[in-house]
Amino acid sequence: MLRRRLNRLCGGDEKRVDSRTIYVGHRPCPDTEAFIPSKFCDNRIVSSKVIVDTPTSPVTSGLPLFFVITVTAIKQGYEDWLRHKADNEVNKYPVTVLEDGRSVKKESEKIKVGDVVEVVEDETFPCDLILLQSSREDGTCFVTTASLDGESNHKTHYTVPDTEKDLQALPATIECEQPQPDLYKFVGRMHIYKPEQEPAVRSLGPENLLLKGATLKNTKKIYGVAVYTGMETKMALNYQGKSQKRSAVEKSINAFLLVYLCILISKAVVCTTLKYVWQSKEGQDEPWYNQKTQKEKDTNMYLKMFTDFLSFMVLFNFIIPVSMYVTVEMQKFLGSFFITWDKDFFDPEIQEGALVNTSDLNEELGQVEYVFTDKTGTLTQNNMEFIECCIDGFQYKHRDTRSELDGFTVTDGPVNKLQQKAGQEKEELFLRALCLCHTVQVKEAGSEVLADQVDGIDGLLLPQPEEERGFIASSPDEIALVRGAMEYGFTFLGLESKSMKIKNRENNIEEYKLLHVLNFDPVRRRMSVIVQTKSGETLLFCKGADSSIFPRVRPEEVDRIRMHVERNATEGYRTLCVAYKQLSAEEYAVADTGLREARLALQDREQKLMAMYNQVETGMSLIGATAVEDRLQEEAAETMEALQGAGMKVWVLTGDKMETAKSTCYACRLFQRGTELLELTVRTLEDGRLKREEKLLELLRDYHRRAVQDAPPVKAGVTRSWSTANQDYGFIIDGATLSLVMNPPREADASQYRSLFLQICQNCTAVLCCRMAPLQKAQIVKMVKNSKGSPITLSIGDGANDVSMILEAHVGIGIKGKEGRQAVRNSDYAIPKLKHLKKLLLAHGHLYYVRIAHLVQYFFYKNLCFILPQFLYQFFCGYSQQPLYDAAYLTMYNICFTSMPILAYSLLEQHISMEILLDNAALYREIANNAMLRWRPFLYWTVLGIFQGLLFFFGVRFLFSNPALQDNGQVFGNWSYGTIVFTVLVFTVTLKLALDTRHWTWINHFVIWGSLAFYVFFSFFWGGIIWPFLKQQRLYFVFANMLSSVSAWLVIIILILLSLLPEILLVVLRKPRGPHSRQKKPSQSNVGGSQSSQSSARPLLMRTFSDESNSVI
Amino acid sequence: MKNEGEAAKRPDNTAFTQQRLPAWQPILSAGIVIPGFLLIGLAFIGIGIGLFLTSQTIQVWEMDYTGVEKDSPCFRCTILSNQNCTCEVTFSLSTLFTGPVFFYYGLSNYYQNFRKYGVSKDYYQLAGDTGYFKSPEADCAPYAYDSKKNPIVPCGAIANSIFNDTFELYQIINGTKKQVPLDGKGISWWTDYNIKYRNPSPVNGSFAKSFDGTVKPINWPKPAYELDLIDPNNNGFLNQDFLVWMRRAALPQFRKLYRRITDGDYAAGLPAGNYSLKVHYNYPVLSFDGRKKVVFSNVSWMGGKNDFLGIAYLVVGSLCVVMSVVMLVVYAKFKFSDDDDA
Repeated sequence: MLRRRLNRLCGGDEKRVDSRTIYVGHRPCPDTEAFIPSKFCDNRIVSSKVIVDTPTSPVTSGLPLFFVITVTAIKQGYEDWLRHKADNEVNKYPVTVLEDGRSVKKESEKIKVGDVVEVVEDETFPCDLILLQSSREDGTCFVTTASLDGESNHKTHYTVPDTEKDLQALPATIECEQPQPDLYKFVGRMHIYKPEQEPAVRSLGPENLLLKGATLKNTKKIYGVAVYTGMETKMALNYQGKSQKRSAVEKSINAFLLVYLCILISKAVVCTTLKYVWQSKEGQDEPWYNQKTQKEKDTNMYLKMFTDFLSFMVLFNFIIPVSMYVTVEMQKFLGSFFITWDKDFFDPEIQEGALVNTSDLNEELGQVEYVFTDKTGTLTQNNMEFIECCIDGFQYKHRDTRSELDGFTVTDGPVNKLQQKAGQEKEELFLRALCLCHTVQVKEAGSEVLADQVDGIDGLLLPQPEEERGFIASSPDEIALVRGAMEYGFTFLGLESKSMKIKNRENNIEEYKLLHVLNFDPVRRRMSVIVQTKSGETLLFCKGADSSIFPRVRPEEVDRIRMHVERNATEGYRTLCVAYKQLSAEEYAVADTGLREARLALQDREQKLMAMYNQVETGMSLIGATAVEDRLQEEAAETMEALQGAGMKVWVLTGDKMETAKSTCYACRLFQRGTELLELTVRTLEDGRLKREEKLLELLRDYHRRAVQDAPPVKAGVTRSWSTANQDYGFIIDGATLSLVMNPPREADASQYRSLFLQICQNCTAVLCCRMAPLQKAQIVKMVKNSKGSPITLSIGDGANDVSMILEAHVGIGIKGKEGRQAVRNSDYAIPKLKHLKKLLLAHGHLYYVRIAHLVQYFFYKNLCFILPQFLYQFFCGYSQQPLYDAAYLTMYNICFTSMPILAYSLLEQHISMEILLDNAALYREIANNAMLRWRPFLYWTVLGIFQGLLFFFGVRFLFSNPALQDNGQVFGNWSYGTIVFTVLVFTVTLKLALDTRHWTWINHFVIWGSLAFYVFFSFFWGGIIWPFLKQQRLYFVFANMLSSVSAWLVIIILILLSLLPEILLVVLRKPRGPHSRQKKPSQSNVGGSQSSQSSARPLLMRTFSDESNSVI
Repeated sequence: MKNEGEAAKRPDNTAFTQQRLPAWQPILSAGIVIPGFLLIGLAFIGIGIGLFLTSQTIQVWEMDYTGVEKDSPCFRCTILSNQNCTCEVTFSLSTLFTGPVFFYYGLSNYYQNFRKYGVSKDYYQLAGDTGYFKSPEADCAPYAYDSKKNPIVPCGAIANSIFNDTFELYQIINGTKKQVPLDGKGISWWTDYNIKYRNPSPVNGSFAKSFDGTVKPINWPKPAYELDLIDPNNNGFLNQDFLVWMRRAALPQFRKLYRRITDGDYAAGLPAGNYSLKVHYNYPVLSFDGRKKVVFSNVSWMGGKNDFLGIAYLVVGSLCVVMSVVMLVVYAKFKFSDDDDA
């Protein structure tokens, strides 16, 4: 006790305490401990960060660096402000808190631990609450946790017993564990103090805890006491810290930067060394015309060497493209607007377009190798629809006609006219089964109108339009089935005091007494109800997965139905079989007692119940099957196909059941008919007599042999083979097994398991992970992310359960779905629909990558050929750090003269038009693996830069062998030399960019020609005025004088041409990118209008060459 | 209202925001590239021939007069103790040296482009601002003050190290020397002479007075206001030799314009014959292994003699032509089969 108190006084160390005591309503309790208003985390979510991320540069170069920092800070600040705004939306959300007997409106962030909070229907809980009081009579409330774990069904939570009194004066404390991220675990105790009584102790479990982020459903209002708030809520703990994401391009930049840093240092070292070698010669160190000051003479030689080294570093520091960071930042920032602006991303339903939360990752969209997608709400709409059913072997379908029906049924009649194929009796039995065998509740419709009627079904009194009838169930399938039955004329009216009412086709109300519900569980994979009809018959209806029903019915019935079930399953529908049996009085009596006993058993209740269920559910007769579709998102299959075509591997990570997820994968064409499924789930593990771990290893080895060793080596670039020769593998794993793989009992096996698992996964075309907890999803992403070659991962999801994986992946995409906004807020990009992913990656991502890669390479190149002449000049000026260019040129080169064209290029370039990129997903592979920023292209650009730098310097050097360049015999000095080199340089690098530009909009024209004109104008201006603030008027009239010399003109022209000649040749001779791209759609290439289709058909010399040579050989 | 909201949220459907700006997609087709290369090549060859021929017509006569060898005429002046030494270099021209002839002096292994040397001047002094006469720029050190802490005007290493050899050129006609008039005007940049450099305004009508309280640069025999006592427009900071020197050379081997021969009998050039160049040898260069030379040259529209440009143009021009021919061959070879396909 003392320790706890001490800790509490220390405040910050509170986390070490393993439990917390919460005073309900902050009222002191007559406990041994005095009431101390304890410090708990306030209910505020903080996802914005205050750190300004500055690009680090080893050298400070004054203005450019300052510029860099300022621009970056502004950009980061702006983005942080956006995040802050989003946080505020949540933090300032008004909530009602009971305080001193009154309800007080507060901002959500002001909730303190111990506050009693009121939540009304359809509101999300502002923090983690212990349910104290519900407006429902039975002390329950319904909650949907769709935004937390993706399950959209309604869960029942219970109030703490004995608290449903006056909450205003409830003296109680709650002791509970310190916050922990597991959503399904909660342990606590509640002490309720009653006057003159021993305090009552109630244990608290997860069923009492309402999680932040979940939504209250079907309950008018509840009161709960806050136990975890703000960043301590389970939802917040399931967020991983939002770390700064860095793109692969930035990593390349850093690598290149290192190279250039080495070049810089070696240049400085070379110059320093040579300087001292050179000075050691007699008379060179201190010629009489340039004597040193006394101070210089006195300086220590090593110190002098060091300062010389530093001076060289300063002189050459421009080789490090500091301004590149600004340009990259600006490019990303401005470029991301194109995503926001894209009207293809605009969804008229929600009236929103795409959202960019961070612009740092634009180019990463073009590098994605693995796509991790959530299922519910992302691939599917989470919206079940009854498609068809099959009664006694005859197919019934209520949707519109379809031609491809199988042989023996031709049903396409309107809804109410079922063909009398199966016989009236069978039909009605089937429909009754659908109506009765479920746990659906009827929503209290019109609860707003009948405000005082908290529960009770008014369906009978107020017959509502049937379409508006609301159903609530733990599984959306059940609702779909009940609705399906409704379409055929059997309406479930509700359950009232153990009797179910249904309205049959003749509009008569039938009443059934509900005797038992044999609940669904994932092992049995079926559920049953036992009902008693008015006439006293006892019936058992059972529905479940085909595999669990077929063995329990008469085999001769099975064959008729099996065909339908299998066909439906391959179409991606979720199928259920329905069976029934009539129980005689004796049978029922046995079952009844058995079930009652099992329910009351204190030990092994589960097993006993299971045994009893199995005993009852035998000898049934099959009456039919149903097919329910979880509607896919629009174009989900096309999108997935495009992603796979682009060489990405798609993994589905879902918290949902395996069967459901599998059928979705089929529907999305992630799994195809020929795909061989490798299953690694709890079920497969428990088959054998082996221990789980052993079985797991055995299976892993087996799958590894099949998928990895036996598989023919995958050809580079062809990830998905369309030929049948290659076997496609699909891999399925569930959460429990995954945790076994990730954390095996013996630590030593971990790496082996993991590597086997990874290798299998990498050789599968699609991987399905089901029953995943949110953090497990992140674990998977992390594992793949850190695997060999560190592939770029992308996560897409829509719910709060996807947040951790969205944060973990390189790129996180949020879908603006129905399940709240957490995913969107934590994502890097948010799009309204899954189908938008295709354009986001294939078009935007591709273009961004190409743009930024070119930008980066170009920057390094242009700074290399900028500073190389300056380096070479040192050999001609006695290594005295004499700059070749004027200071104004040195500063302005990157900021003004050459920055705008590349920025415009990096915003507007479309080397291949968007339509073509979207049509040919394979084009995405061309830039895979950071293709444009590998060492080869880097080397190419570097060599180009060196070549041009040498050319600039020595071209002018030879010209200056006779510095009398004017027709009046006057000579040019060193600043003329530098200006000529600089002029050649500016023109060359700008024209080089012009050569690379494949998409000339008016902006490109304006900026390229404009910046050249600006250079000329600036040079005239800068040299045309005696600037009063300058100590030296070095450039006075240098530029104008240069232009008066014919030789200078001629040398400038020839040097520019010669520098660009290799580039021109290369452009002409290079095999054009994506040879099929333009040929396939010749009409597309005259977007610009200036090219005739004739020339675009064979635009390049080498194209005809290469194409022909291919056909010849 | 709803429509307004919709309009506000829906992205603008403009060509720019949708990245559909009309664009020109340049495609370097063979039809453009081959004739383009050919044209450029031919043009370059033309220019190259012109440049090369021009460069060939330019006459240059140059002579190293440092006096390193013992038998060279100026050897005796290389001994440091020898003050006010003069030596005579004789030479003969076999043909007329077409005028106007430009007289350069050249230095090698002389680093006018040392960084410290280059900044060692005070522009404000040179712009005639007497306010800076008393407090020269710190960069001028150690040429800012003399040993008695008197400020030096013009301060700095450049001014201090001004080239001070002087030359007199004589044509020897029948044993008698006829002095060739050397024109010292127009040897520096017009802007340097007229705008950039300014003399201080005279104090009480005396130009020298404005230099009161300052001393001449250490190596100078006379102060700046006595550089040219005959022509006041060539005096002080506006002395053309001074201006030429102050424009630093780009490379350690350089030449600077000394005089032009434009006047009198020699306006048309130096006729064939024997000449004598009298050198007032003052400038020591041997301590740093430098060399001095004199150059006579005439200039063309492209400036002084320089074969580099002409050769470069010829080479690049022929390269272009050759490449266009190669491309034409490749193109022609595959064009036909392409047509067959079509």
